[in-house]
Amino acid sequence: MPLTVKDLMKMEGAYLPGSAACPGCGLSLSFRIASRVLGKNTVYVVPACCFSVVQSPMPLTSIKAPLLNIAFAAAAAAASGIKRAYETLNKDINVVVWAGDGGTADIGLQALSGAAERNENIIYVCYDNEAYMNTGIQRSGATPRGAWTRTTLKGKEEPKKNVPMIVAAHKAPYVATASVGYPFDLIRKFEKALSIKGFRYIHLLSPCPPGWGIDSSTTVEIAKLATDTYFFPLYEVENGKLRITVKPPKRRPLKDYLSVQGRFRHLSDEEIERMEKEAINWWNHLLEMEKMESIL
Amino acid sequence: MGLSEELVLPISRPSKGASGRTGVWRVFKPVIDLQKCVKCWQCWLLCPEETILADDVPKVDYDYCKGCGVCAKVCPTKAITMVEERE
Amino acid sequence: MKGTWELINANEAAAHAARLARVKVIPIYPITPQTMIVEVIEEFIVKGMMNAEYMRVESEHSAMAAAIGASSAGVRTFTATASQGLLYMHEVLHWAAGSRLPIGMAVVNRAVGPPWNIHADHQDAISQRDTGWMEFFVSSSQEALDSILIMYKVAENSKVLLPFMVCMDAFILSHTHMPVNIPDQEDVDSFLPEYRPPHWSLDPDNPVDMGNLTMPEEEYMEMRWSIERGMKNAREVFRETSDEFYRIFGRRYGMVHSYKVEDAEHIIVTSGTLASEAEVAVDNMRRNGRKVGLLKISLFRPFPQEETRTILSKARTLTVIDRSYSFGYGGPLAMEIRSVLYDLDERPKLVSYVAGLGGRDVTYKDIEKMVLHSEKEKGKRMVTYWYGLKERIRSSGFEEVI
Repeated sequence: MPLTVKDLMKMEGAYLPGSAACPGCGLSLSFRIASRVLGKNTVYVVPACCFSVVQSPMPLTSIKAPLLNIAFAAAAAAASGIKRAYETLNKDINVVVWAGDGGTADIGLQALSGAAERNENIIYVCYDNEAYMNTGIQRSGATPRGAWTRTTLKGKEEPKKNVPMIVAAHKAPYVATASVGYPFDLIRKFEKALSIKGFRYIHLLSPCPPGWGIDSSTTVEIAKLATDTYFFPLYEVENGKLRITVKPPKRRPLKDYLSVQGRFRHLSDEEIERMEKEAINWWNHLLEMEKMESIL
Repeated sequence: MGLSEELVLPISRPSKGASGRTGVWRVFKPVIDLQKCVKCWQCWLLCPEETILADDVPKVDYDYCKGCGVCAKVCPTKAITMVEERE
Repeated sequence: MKGTWELINANEAAAHAARLARVKVIPIYPITPQTMIVEVIEEFIVKGMMNAEYMRVESEHSAMAAAIGASSAGVRTFTATASQGLLYMHEVLHWAAGSRLPIGMAVVNRAVGPPWNIHADHQDAISQRDTGWMEFFVSSSQEALDSILIMYKVAENSKVLLPFMVCMDAFILSHTHMPVNIPDQEDVDSFLPEYRPPHWSLDPDNPVDMGNLTMPEEEYMEMRWSIERGMKNAREVFRETSDEFYRIFGRRYGMVHSYKVEDAEHIIVTSGTLASEAEVAVDNMRRNGRKVGLLKISLFRPFPQEETRTILSKARTLTVIDRSYSFGYGGPLAMEIRSVLYDLDERPKLVSYVAGLGGRDVTYKDIEKMVLHSEKEKGKRMVTYWYGLKERIRSSGFEEVI
């Protein structure tokens, strides 16, 4: 039986109100929900990212769970060390990295790849707000093509780095994309991740109102649009078998997603058309991969 | 072994309101019309701040609600309206 | 004496120390000339002589990060590195000390590039001076083994709670076989019980957040002060621990090691294997009627200021030999010694030398030459002499090149 809202209400989460998150933060929303599924027996590892600040300043923290902050590049390695130590103590505790896209796609990619290749028994969550938001909106490897940031004033020229597929190429037992736009899909993926042993990776789209130039009330709506326009497809790869988990009945035009965000406001129709083609291509590619016994 | 005063550790303890009463950040406050509420709890589920209280009926924790407006947006019966705060 | 004797090098000795300390998590990454340490540990584990999680990570940065993770979860942790690997760890070395985690590490001191050079040089460890790690320099395989056990006990003491590195010279120690007494496990167990974190760990029953943001008006500065208190306490804790080690194992180690200093007019100050070579020079020069002695600095951090001052204040001349360099100033050890002597009303003459960089051979004859040179040197000059440069440079008339 999949979890319902009523079930979740009975579960204890690790997020306490009164944190330093901006209003409408996709990170706090996804963490709030996921920490319920992950449960009390969970330790978090956080590299430098918005979450370092969202936790609140010392001597208090808004996170009611053991949490290790660690240097930017080091989250997956530190989490691996924690898990191995628990193994020597025969303690069955979930170890979960909660990292931004900079700490995942850029500076932390080596440690992530190492941990995935070693099939460390941890869950790595990248909450992807598609830029270095904590430092004030600079481009990362996960910033999508076309997006304005303070270091891509004319829009990013290169496409977004496809981290979930990079991790899948390590033959990690479980890789998924998820989004607060589809909360029950997200919940199910965390449940699934918990039921699997080995390296598990969840790539969460995490709208950022100040960074994306969106109204704080639209976080969930825009996250849903990202999927409905094929811009951020929701899928999972379990032991090589790919499955698209959310198939919008009818694709929405990409313009619906881009035009409501300040970061894409400068885009010409041609540029939007190019990005739409890329999105549809990737979607079709996913459909093809879905037919395969294994994508690896 | 007892720990001495001179051991000052960079550790923090969990607490509600660790960044203060974040309710003061609010420009608009969500007001729930319980007549329209069907108790689907979407507001509770999708509140980024854990400030919809899961009582018999949904209630807003105004001490910490930052007024982002997600609850009003996701409410299927439009039972939540955002009302401007006034001093 | 108990224990068993084996003919091993310092790399193997360090691996034995990790085994005897019952270290639980060992993140490893190969680098010459340290690699043998982690290979021998793998062998111990495969042969069932050791029970530990062996993590073959993808970089030294990750090795130290994994060590931080493991130690945060509350277990004794060990790794080993050298040179570039230690430099690559630098960021996370600060993180380990700041988190007050008593991680142990063997550092096989090797030159840093460019150019690539795998030979003995202290630049790697000296460059980590201000990270909050304790640094212990050894000059024999036996000392490598014993000091790792001693330093774990010091590091884990609730008055200290800081990580440590035991530093040993590349090849001269790491690959040179010497007879080593390997202590019995039961003796080590009684000396070094299982690590139980007295201060904090990652525990779902008692959740804490390590290292979240802090503001200037909060306690950042107090935390830095606290690291210094740990360092300060480590000196006393080292004395007690070393005494306890002596009572069980019959071998005594100090923060400094002095040799024939009682009546010495001239004292050589150095560290690592240069100190073993200097003992030969001392004996030789004493045979020729010169009252020469040696002070080996074993513990570089925390620096044994009192011990150093007490011994050196009686001498007339000091020859300080560094195997690393602080560009824009001089020999790092000489800087420390000068500073230690500053408060004395009458200070010995101090002459600073840098020698043996990148593994260049320094024999007892070279050390004797430096001693004779410092006898003639006027002193009161803030210079470090470069000893043993190529003839074409020596003959070009540069100052401070001998």
